[in-house]
Amino acid sequence: MASPLERKIKITGPVVVTANRVADGAVIYRDADGDWTTSLDAAAVATDAARAHALIAEANADDLRAVGAYIAPVELTEAGGRRPGNLRELIRLSGPTIELPVTFGI
Amino acid sequence: MYIYDSIDRTLVAERVAEFRDQVARRLSGELTEDEFKPLRLMNGVYLQLHAYMLRIANPYGTLSSRQLRQLAHVARRYDRGYGHFTTRQNIQFHWIKLEQLPDAMADLAAVGMHGMQTSGNNVRNITTDQWAGVAPDEIEDPRIWAEIIRQHVTLHPEFSFMPRKFKICVGAASHDRAALRIHDLAFRLHRNAGGEAGFEVMVGGGLGRTPYLAQTIRPFLKKCDLLSYVEAVLRTYNQFGRRDNIWKARIKILVHDLGAEAFAKEVEAEWQSIKDGPLALDAATVAEIASRFVYPDYEALEDGPPELAAARRADGRFDRWVNNAVANHKKSGYAIVTLSLKPEGGTPGDATAVQMDALADLADRYSFGEIRIGHEQNLALPHVAQRDLPAVWRALDALGLATPNIGLVSDIISCPGLDYCSLANARSIPIAQEITRRFHDLDRQRDLGRLHINISGCINACGHHHVGHIGILGVEKNGEEFYQITLGGEADDHAVLGTLIGPAVPYAKVADVVEDIAAAYLDLRTGPDELFIDTLKRTGIEPFRERVYAAR
Ligand code: HEM
Ligand code: SF4
Repeated sequence: MASPLERKIKITGPVVVTANRVADGAVIYRDADGDWTTSLDAAAVATDAARAHALIAEANADDLRAVGAYIAPVELTEAGGRRPGNLRELIRLSGPTIELPVTFGI
Repeated sequence: MYIYDSIDRTLVAERVAEFRDQVARRLSGELTEDEFKPLRLMNGVYLQLHAYMLRIANPYGTLSSRQLRQLAHVARRYDRGYGHFTTRQNIQFHWIKLEQLPDAMADLAAVGMHGMQTSGNNVRNITTDQWAGVAPDEIEDPRIWAEIIRQHVTLHPEFSFMPRKFKICVGAASHDRAALRIHDLAFRLHRNAGGEAGFEVMVGGGLGRTPYLAQTIRPFLKKCDLLSYVEAVLRTYNQFGRRDNIWKARIKILVHDLGAEAFAKEVEAEWQSIKDGPLALDAATVAEIASRFVYPDYEALEDGPPELAAARRADGRFDRWVNNAVANHKKSGYAIVTLSLKPEGGTPGDATAVQMDALADLADRYSFGEIRIGHEQNLALPHVAQRDLPAVWRALDALGLATPNIGLVSDIISCPGLDYCSLANARSIPIAQEITRRFHDLDRQRDLGRLHINISGCINACGHHHVGHIGILGVEKNGEEFYQITLGGEADDHAVLGTLIGPAVPYAKVADVVEDIAAAYLDLRTGPDELFIDTLKRTGIEPFRERVYAAR
């Protein structure tokens, strides 16, 4: 497989760069200051391939903090917020769609 | 129960120390992810959607109460208070932090548990019948033979970097409860015409993208030849297996491409050259390993104690549970009790720390401190005195572990799917939950009888969908969750792969389709005695297909 850096980046809508945090695996997003955030609303949004390319290149270079960075679709809300662009990203952001067993039954 | 020797204990302790160092170096940036990933995988650490996951081997599905208590402790201290029992008799924790993994592993190592060989291209945790050592229909305890293999292949350099992962299963009963034919290599202990016990050797099974059932390459193998034969199979695979293409690397592809007969020929040729060498098993070696499986000090008891009969008459719920979840034991006066991890609306295979702790106590009190894990993602107490069944039931019922649905439509096998797994196309768990809600009426479930639903969230088939009576496979279509339905799969003695019935259906329709299939069965069966799978065999899938697609 080509590395994410070499892969051609095609963008059809707004995207963010997301990964898992090294220390605990938490879902994180690349922000505009070159840091990582757990808030999708604070993520840097790219709307063109050049910006997306720059974000993923920075993210991949940050191996100490992030694992498995990739480009994920987002939707922009009218209020200026973000929504995950697909179900997988929604589940990554908000957790499993099921009740966790601790709260289930006993 | 199996007693570990000091070699195993030292190995596990060394591994924890080594991993602690590797994690520290990863966190400090000394190791890149590319360098670290193979190291974490060697210890059963995966990365899922939201967190790291730790997979822990439970050899032969046997757990002591001490180990179960430690699993509860790990769940509580390092995870979110629960664990997930899998189809490979393992347990997985889904929320462990990398920073805390070395501590969690050290706590597990204290009770002889670890995640070695739960990942990677080696011989994985060897599985067996969860009723090993207690089933009335078994010839010998299959764990002895599985353990002989395990000791030989564990960390064996020749078998640590094979073309692909390798799964071995050993069964020794007349009924296959371990799904032998879906393994890379499987051994079934049986008696030949002369009354001698030996192994049927099956090779090349596996599900995933290209499912195959294992084929018999030798109907009878003398017990003393077990190890040399394993070695011959693994060497043949190492020599011919494809390393160039991950999708073609499993032994099933090799066996299929060469043909079982040609493959068997290669194995036999290899075997002839080593069978009389150092791998030939002598009685003393076998006896030494067998001596490490310690059996309880059973009381001399009669079957069918009067207090059991009285309790069954007095309480219909108890009686129905006994009919469903209690099986005969080798020893008179005892029983094997299966505990359903499939409550209505729950996640198949999940158990909370509270349940694990309480179950460990129950095992100490009523089952000689032993618990079993079955590939259907249920647990068992393997040695319960029949007179104790009412007390055990009351305790299990209070813990939510006595749903009398073993083998019924709501006893669903399901992988974690898109709620956890980074490889998933679609969710599995909520599909399972919705089906259990639709069939919440236990009388209706009993009327439907034995019916196995297996669900996987992608083609890797961790949820064994190919061998479910009803198989459900999550696929993705234009960003939406869709599900392919197969019918007629079976994992046991009559193992067969299911047949796809038609176009995939959307998420919201899956439970409706299952209801249609159940309704079609009720219409088609000759009577309540004809099981779902038998009706299906008699009629073929056509009438079921019609019912499902006529409506949509
Ligand atoms: C992080 C979660 C998991 C990952 C990444 C994962 C990955 C995979 C992959 C890639 C395969 C296919 C391998 C191949 O065919 O060569 C596979 C097979 C399998 N997995 Fe998983 N799995 C996960 C969780 C589980 C769980 C929870 C279970 C049990 C419920 C499970 C049971 C199995 C089984 C039985 C197979 C063998 C299917 C076969 O025979 O091909 N896995 N898994
Ligand atoms: S079948 Fe697919 S979705 Fe389910 S656990 Fe396995 S890899 Fe994940």
